[in-house]
This record gives sequence, structure tokens and C-alpha cells, in this order.
Amino acid sequence: MTPEVLLVLGAFLASSVEMVEALTIVLAVGVTRGWRPAMIGVGAACATLAVLVAALGPALTQIPLSALRVFVGAVLLVFGLQWLRKAILRAGGVRALHDEDAIYAREVALSGEKETAATGMDWYGFTLSFKGVLLEGLEVVLIVVSFGSTGGHLGLAAAGAAAALLVVGGVGALVHRPLSRVPENSMKFVVGIMLTSFGVFWGGEGVGVSWPGSDLALLGVIGFFALVALVLVTDLRRRAALTSRVTSGA
Amino acid sequence: MGLLRRVGRFWYDFLIGDDWLAAIGVLAALGLTAALTDAHNPWWLLPVAVAGVLTMSVRRAARAAGPGHAEIAPPGDT
Repeated sequence: MTPEVLLVLGAFLASSVEMVEALTIVLAVGVTRGWRPAMIGVGAACATLAVLVAALGPALTQIPLSALRVFVGAVLLVFGLQWLRKAILRAGGVRALHDEDAIYAREVALSGEKETAATGMDWYGFTLSFKGVLLEGLEVVLIVVSFGSTGGHLGLAAAGAAAALLVVGGVGALVHRPLSRVPENSMKFVVGIMLTSFGVFWGGEGVGVSWPGSDLALLGVIGFFALVALVLVTDLRRRAALTSRVTSGA
Repeated sequence: MGLLRRVGRFWYDFLIGDDWLAAIGVLAALGLTAALTDAHNPWWLLPVAVAGVLTMSVRRAARAAGPGHAEIAPPGDT
């Protein structure tokens, strides 16, 4: 295998890992908050990246990625935790399951109060999608610049990343429809776990944590929070059953 | 509502939501992890701390709601 092929393959694989992370966030936002804000977020992040690349070029390697990871990780962590908490409370029967019809009726009654009613845009969905794609996109740019500049083959490294974009984007286009059919409350439960896990992973990386197993540790973090969430739901249901037994016995 | 107030409210709802203690808890955990990374590699600290904050937040919400108090989720609820 020639060094050029290895370079393209390396850039392809490294970029794929980052793009899969971005795709996960975009799919999560698209399925739960709607595809419009998710895709506008992707578009805005890509445009921002294009401007950054055009303006800075190889100087992009000077961007403090750790600081950006801390910021994006902290935001995702705080936001994801809220999401997961609500999903656990719903699954545990403390909070009612999401009823879109009732919410729509109430939202219309309160028109003007919410961002979506005032501007027709879901800024929550947009911001999540934008941040995820911008951070991962920047990492892809850095991968291309570092792979390409070491051997003087920036074009080949960019071709590897472009191939990764085609493959990962294609997978995203294929799976977004089946994902849309998953019940909303189940999907929100999973999304809460994913956002919290990404927040912990990126936030930890940003403040200097070295994860055992590198990027693979993300799977362990996701598994850990899935377990914690399931234990909390089981506990809430057990307490509710106990309370109702005591109440009916009284 | 003024634009500035709307923007402020959006960021407050987005970041803090309805449990400001949980938000402060996870930021403190992140800060503690950052403080310890110079001498150690405390990779386990952040997941454990966040799980603890989540457990306390869920228990507090369950206590506040009491038995049989589930309501329809508010508009814009995640």
C-alpha cells in the first residue's frame, strides 16, 4: 500500500469518526425537534466553517480546540442533563408523557410567549445542531490540515475527508426515516443519554482528561448513563407502586 | 417582550432550565475535574459526579411532584 493511499485512508477514517459524532447530534435534534432547525444548523455551521477555512487556512491549527471543547461540552452537558432528567421523570411516571396535541393547543393559547411562535424557528434545535457540527467540522479541518501538511498532500487528505462526508452523509440520509418512526418519548430518552454522554466526553477532553481507549470511551460513557437512567426509572416506578399500594390499602 | 429579554430568556431556558442547582452541580464537577487533571487523570470523576447530580435532581423533582401529580408537559418542553 503506497503512502498516498494510507494518507487518504487515514484522513477518511479519522474524519469519519468525527462526522459520525456530528451526525448523531444532528439525527437526535432532527428526530426530536424537527428537521428544519437541524438542517439550518448544519448549513450555518458549514458556512461558518467555510468562512473560517477561507480566512485562516492552515493558521486554523492555532485555534484553541480544548477551550472550544470545554465550552461545547459544558453546554451539551447542562442541556443534555435537563433533557435526560425530564425523560427519566416521564418514564418513571412522575411527569406525563409528551402529548403533542395538548402542547400545540397550549402553545397556540400562549402565542407570542415562545421563540418558535414569535419567529417560526426552533432555536434550541438550531443551536444544538450548529454547535455539534461546528465543533466536529473544525476537528475534521484540523485532521485534513495535519494529515495533508505533513506529507505535502493537502488535496489527498481533503479527498479522504470528502469521501467520509459522502459515506457518513449517505448513512444519515438512509437512517433518518426509520429513526423518525421510533416513539417520541423513547427517542427523547435515548437523546438525553446521548447528549449527556457527549457533554461528559467533550467537556472531560477539553479540561485535559485522557479517556482510556480514546474515542472508544464514548461508548462506555453512553452505556454508563443508559444504566444510570434505567436504574432511576426503575426506582421511580417502584416508589410509585409502593405509594399506590399504601394509598389503596389505607 | 424586548429582543434582549427574549435572547436572555432563551439562553436561560436553554442552559439552566428548571433546575438551576443541577446546572451549577455539573459545572462544579467540570471545574473540579479541570483542577485535578494537573496531578492525576480523573477520567472517572465527571461521569460519576454527573450521575450523582442527575440522581439528586430526579429525586428532588419526584418529591416535589408527589404521588399522582403527572401533568401534560409544558409547551416547548424537551
